[in-house]
Parts: sequence; C-alpha cells; structure tokens
Amino acid sequence: MTTTNNMTFKIVGAAGQGVESSGAGFAQALARGGLHIFGLQDYMSRIRGGLNFYQIRVDEQPLYTHEEAVHVLLPLNKEALETYQHKVVKGGGIIYDAGLKVERRSVSKGGRKAMPVPLIEIAKEHGERVMANTAALGAAAGVVEYSFDRMADIIRTNFQRKGPEVVAANLRVARAAYIYAQERYAADFEWKLEKLADAPERMVMSGNAAFALGALAGGCRFISAYPMTPATSIIEWLAKHEHEYGVVTKHAEDEIAAVCMAIGASFVGARAMTATSGGGFSLMVEALGLAGICEVPLVVAEVQRGGPSTGLPTHTEQSDLLFVLRASHGEFPRLVLAPGTIEEYFECGWRAFNLAETYQTPVIVLSDHLLASSLRTIEVGAIDFDKIEIDRGKLLTESELDALTEQYKRHLFSEDGISPRAVAGHPNAVYATASDEHDEFGHITEDLFNRRKMMQKRMQKLETARREMKAPTRYGPQEAPIVLVGWGSTYGVLREVVDRLDGQGRLVHFRDLWPFPAQAAAEALRGGTLVTVENNYTGQFKRLLQSETCIQVDHTISRYDGRAFSPEDVLTGLKEVR
Amino acid sequence: MAATVKDYASPVKPTWCPGCGDFGILNAVKQGLVQAGLAPHEVLVVSGIGCGSKLPDYARVNGFMTLHGRPVPVATGARLANHDLKVLTVHGDGDSMGLGMGHFIHTARRNLDITDIIQNNQIYGLTKGQYSPTSDPGFITSTSPDGSAEMAANPLALALAAGGTFLARGFAGDVKGLAVLIAQAVQHKGYSLLDILQPCVTFNRKNTYQWYRDRVYKLEETDYDPGDRVAAFQKALEWGDRIPVGVIFQTELPTYEDQVPGLENGPVATRKLQKLSRKKVASLRAEFI
Repeated sequence: MTTTNNMTFKIVGAAGQGVESSGAGFAQALARGGLHIFGLQDYMSRIRGGLNFYQIRVDEQPLYTHEEAVHVLLPLNKEALETYQHKVVKGGGIIYDAGLKVERRSVSKGGRKAMPVPLIEIAKEHGERVMANTAALGAAAGVVEYSFDRMADIIRTNFQRKGPEVVAANLRVARAAYIYAQERYAADFEWKLEKLADAPERMVMSGNAAFALGALAGGCRFISAYPMTPATSIIEWLAKHEHEYGVVTKHAEDEIAAVCMAIGASFVGARAMTATSGGGFSLMVEALGLAGICEVPLVVAEVQRGGPSTGLPTHTEQSDLLFVLRASHGEFPRLVLAPGTIEEYFECGWRAFNLAETYQTPVIVLSDHLLASSLRTIEVGAIDFDKIEIDRGKLLTESELDALTEQYKRHLFSEDGISPRAVAGHPNAVYATASDEHDEFGHITEDLFNRRKMMQKRMQKLETARREMKAPTRYGPQEAPIVLVGWGSTYGVLREVVDRLDGQGRLVHFRDLWPFPAQAAAEALRGGTLVTVENNYTGQFKRLLQSETCIQVDHTISRYDGRAFSPEDVLTGLKEVR
Repeated sequence: MAATVKDYASPVKPTWCPGCGDFGILNAVKQGLVQAGLAPHEVLVVSGIGCGSKLPDYARVNGFMTLHGRPVPVATGARLANHDLKVLTVHGDGDSMGLGMGHFIHTARRNLDITDIIQNNQIYGLTKGQYSPTSDPGFITSTSPDGSAEMAANPLALALAAGGTFLARGFAGDVKGLAVLIAQAVQHKGYSLLDILQPCVTFNRKNTYQWYRDRVYKLEETDYDPGDRVAAFQKALEWGDRIPVGVIFQTELPTYEDQVPGLENGPVATRKLQKLSRKKVASLRAEFI
C-alpha cells in the first residue's frame, strides 16, 4: 500500500543543532514541488541543548493545522529519538545517524521502521561534518522518493550566500544520503511524496512575517520594541527592510520606553507601533492609558505566550484576552483584533493603522506563539496588496491647516467622538495636550462639566467603531448541531475538526473582539450545542461572550500546557459532548 | 519675521505658588527659544508629571504632557519620527531621576538631538513635600522624618559617565543666564542636559534662593575648559559651599538620528503615505517563494 502526498515529518534536536533552519528549508523544498505544508515549531527557552522540534505536515490540499501522527521522524540526537519515537505511527520510519548508540530493535518496536543512515560519515566524506543535517534531509527525501531536483533547488537558494563551494558540497552530501536511504528503505516504505506538475508558485510564510509585511505595506513608518519571544521577529523583519522602505526601527531600552517612543512618533504623525508579549505588555499598560486620554493613535502587537510572569516563554497560550481588554486604570476606548490565519494577520498589519488613526486611540492586535511562528503555504494572491487602503481618518491636510482661522481645538467635541487631528509643525495648529484631563484645546482642567463631556466624547468613539467590527466567520453547514466557538489562532485546528466532523459541526470564529460584535455573535451562534475551544485555563472568551451577549456556552475544551491543540485533542474533547 | 517672547504667550495662568522657581524657568525657556531663532510651531516640548511639567500648558508651544518618568522616551519617538522639530523635555528631579533614571542614562548615551531640562528642586512638590532622588543626605521630609539616608543623585555626573555631549547647570534665580544656557543647549547638535537649580518656596526650606545665591558661581567667569571630560567630572561633583553653574562639558559626536538608515530620505512623519509600487510588492512576495 502506498500513501502519496499525505504525511508528517518531525525533525527533533537540541537547540543549536539547526532544527529550525532545516525544517524551514525542507518546508520550502516541498512547497516548491507544488505541495501544501503546515509547519509547527516548538522550541525551548535556551540557546543550546534541550529538545526543539519542527513538524511539517504535507498534503495536496491546503493545510491549516498540524496533526498528531508522525510518519517520518528525524531525531538529531539520542534523546530526541527516545523522546519522540512513540509519536511515529505503525509502519512509519525513524531516520537517525548510524553512529547513535541505540539498539535497532528498540527503535523498531511498535512496528516502526528503524532507518539508520551514516549521516555524519556521509557529511564528512562528501563535505563537512556540519552538513549532517543536510544529509538527514536528503535521506528523508530519499525514503519518500521526493524529487531530488526540488531539494537541490532549495539547497542552492539557502546556501547561495556562502559561496559555490558550500553549495556544491551540500548538494553532494544530500545526494549521497538520498541514494543511501532510497536504496535501503524506500521500497518497503508506505509514504511517498510526489511533486505536482503545473502547481502555482506559492509563498511559505510565518504569521509574524505576514503581520510585519502588512504593517509595512500599510504605511507603518516606526516601530520601537524590546526583544521578547515570540514577538521579536516582527521588529527583526522590519529592521531588515528599514533601509529600502524607510521605516525607522528602534530597539528600545525596555518595553515602557518602547511604547512611549511609539506614542511620541505617532503624536507627530508617523504610523507607529510596538510589538511585545504579555510580560512586556504588562509594562506598557500605563502608557496605553496615555494614548487613550490624549487620543494618540497607537498599534500594539501583543503576541501571547504562556504566562503569568515569565511563564512558558517559547510556548503558546491565549490567556491575555481579558487582560488586554481591561488593561490600564480608568476608562478609554480601545480596539482589539485577534487574527485567526496568516492571511488575517497580514490584513491586521495595515487595518490596525487605519483603525488607530480613524479612532485616534490604541488598537491591540492579539496573536500568539502558534500563529506567530507556524508556517503555511499561501497562494500568492491570498496576501492581497490590492485590498490595502490607507485611511488616515480626520488627519488635517496641509491645505486644511493653512485654511484654519480660529484657535485649533485638538479635542473638539463632536458627534462621533472623533476630533480633527493636527500634528506638531504647522503655525496654525500649535497646541499642547495633557495626560491630565483637558479641555477641547488640550489645557488641563478639573472642571466637572468638561470631564463629563470629554469622557462621553472619548467613549463615543467605541460606539462609532462598533459599526465596523467584523462579524464572526462561519465554516461548515449552518444547521450543524455542534458549534465550535473559537477566536484567534485556533481557527486552523477548528476548521479541520469541522472537516472531520463531516457535516455534524460548524465553526464560528471571532476575529474582531473589541468593541465586541454582540449582535452578529447572537445571530451566528443561533442553534446547536455551543462549545468554546481556548488555549487558557479560565475560559476567557467564554466569559467575554457570556457577559456581552448573555448566551450560555454548553461546553468548554481548554488546553493550558503551552502546546497547540491538534484536531485529535479537540475531537477527544468533543466525545464528552456527543 | 523672527519670533518674540510674546509669540510664546499662553492664555493659561500658571497654578504655581508665588515665587516658585518654575516661573523663572518658564521665562527663560521662552527667551532661550527666541534667542535660538525658533518659532513656536517649530518646537515640541514634552513633559512628565509634576508642578514644573505643566510648563507646556503655560507657553504657546507644541506640547505633550505625558506620564511621570516617561517624557524622554516619548520625546525620543517624536524626534526620531520628525527631526525637523526641535524637541525639548521638561521635567522634575523626581520624574527624571526617579522613574525616569533608566531612560535618562540611555538617552544620554544615545546622543539623540534633544534638550533635556531638569527642574531640580530636590523635593517632591506636587505630592506635598517628600524627599527626592536629588535631596541631600540628611534632608528631613514627611517620608524621611529622620533625614534621608541616601546619597543624592547627580544628573550631570551621571550623564557625563553615560556619554552626554552637552551638559550644563543653570539657576532659576538667574533668568537671563538661564535663557542663554537654554539657547546654547537647543543649538547643540546632539543630546543636551540642563540641570536647573530651582527653589521650592513651599516645601524646601533648605535650598532657598538665598542658599543658592550664597553659593553659585559662573564657570564662564573662570578659566574653566568645558572640553576636558576628566575636569568636567570634578566640576560635576563640586557641591557645597561653592556650586558651579554654566557649561560643564561639551563635545561633538555623531548624533543618533544621523545614523538611522530609515531617515536617509528625511523625516518619516511628514513623508506622504502611499501604497507600495507593483515592483516593490513583487520583490517582497519573492522573499517568501
């Protein structure tokens, strides 16, 4: 029996062994063969040692999630082999260096196939020892008889900057390992990969890269951030593009400085943001209120990880939802967006700036480690640059400023709560504003009548914004009896669960979370047993939904061990419901 | 037409106590900006929280009264986004040397072209009289009834150690001299610090106008050379019977903004926003294929 183009690879090794670069390279090689991939990363908070993995699922159809079953395991050391061999399905293969001190019999127990390959010997013979990972990938491709041309292609791309000799040596190593594994193990191995002819060119993209790309395309001109996993790759991506695209990137001294710098940059008119995770966001909270009361547009990307405190620094969680909805003392309007897919994360990149400038208030993009770091093949057109609009709201133009005749009121009372905005630099609109309560001009005042009107004005923006909050999306038949309710990064896994439920389930997925689209939620959730699925302990979204709509949720499936749900996890949880 | 002090007049009447050193500082800021040839719309004054931090409300300037301890990073963002603006921060000793101490050191070593003005009255005024990071040891207040047991923070010595390129001390009782120092500070290319000795007439009964008048002397009237960093350390540490005012240290180094690749084509805040060209979109997409 042969299974073609439907399998999962898992590369496991210590930090520093090149798991990530090998995984990403392999994923790219598969994508270039027209196959769809989903790449899940799991790494530990250390520079060397421990166990990291890169799990790559492959199919001919688009993939949105990983699954539990592993068909080919590539352990780069003995610990990796022993920890993960039980994940390999019966008949699946374990490719490891022939020099590892393990008993072949113990590797092959449970009907698995032990596939020792002299990876280090091959690397040394045809190149250098450091190319053992290339040998492992070559062997993996050999076992499943995937196109060596595609492998060679990506080796050329990835090693190009190291020079032609390094490229040639890696090619020799990969080919030798490919042939070795193919000759010995392929005939007897069930899973195969075939490149697809005429498949369109696709992108392989991670969530954070998509977000940064969206921000850049949407006119982000300033980012200040302090490195914090899993948000760091946002400023890193933009820093790499600083020169060519004219975006200022500032690695600040701490998160308080980072958010304050972004507020300062935005105050003078640049589209500005900061990016952090929960711990850094905790430090930014006071400044969030500053942007709120002074009506400064601000975009904050909060990429969640396991908390509280340092928590699980490199793992995923959705436990900051209620925190970001309420963070800060006092009351002011804020918008919270929680993208569910890489495409939505891209869109949030530019849409967040439009919303921030339209409502002149903070916009929080709430994602997590899973969405930030997982890789997917994406159709070129699905990252839609044509859809991008740049809407700066009531920002006064140069000619409007020239035409001003009266003293400019930065915080003018208005029906929709939004005041025409000038930034520093024009002689007709010289003004100061304050984090103290202020009047329409920005002057500090404690007058109670002004306070009431100013509170009403600012909070009115939330009502104005509510109209453009997106309704939840539905996947699966409307009449399905089981309603999976999710938000943010669980979109992918829940979508696949709906597919596997075969007509019995539908997904209602929330992306715009605040102001909460209550009316649309009530409509979308009519009929069926409601099951919320969340990566947190306390059912934060369930609480939000219930408090905003009075809809009772019937069942909750939660996971709070820092790991992403697999479809199998959710299906197991659903057994109790049915 | 050059701006005058009148152009800097705000309709708002200060809430400061009669005789407060903040009045002298407000007048000196206006005069200094006029001397530097700046008009109000060209200036952004970012302040923190405290009596003196209300200054932007009392002058007609672009102003942003921010959070306690945080005006410096806000000013940093503003300057990095629009380096056509002359950016000043104005805040007290609690703001700058308490919560803001970390930002202070990093900003001094960064040599971003902003002017950092510390209204240093060695006391917390707005919260009614607690000792501050710059209070002298032994200073008795409501939170130090037995006298402060800490060394006083020294803004000039700290900024000098961090690599600040223009460091000066002024006295709120000498508005004319202070205005000249402010003009010099804003005209300096790079980070400039102005530590201003300022009496708090209500809560600081020790460091009064008379106390300062008995002690301050002008460095410009001596043969002191502000180009010598080691000598500057000695001057920065001089405190007691004689207190030097004037420029303690000045040097020229490349500014931070001159080294930011994203600013090669001018300020980002005033650059017109437009969608990416087809060519740029194609090139960005190609990075992922």
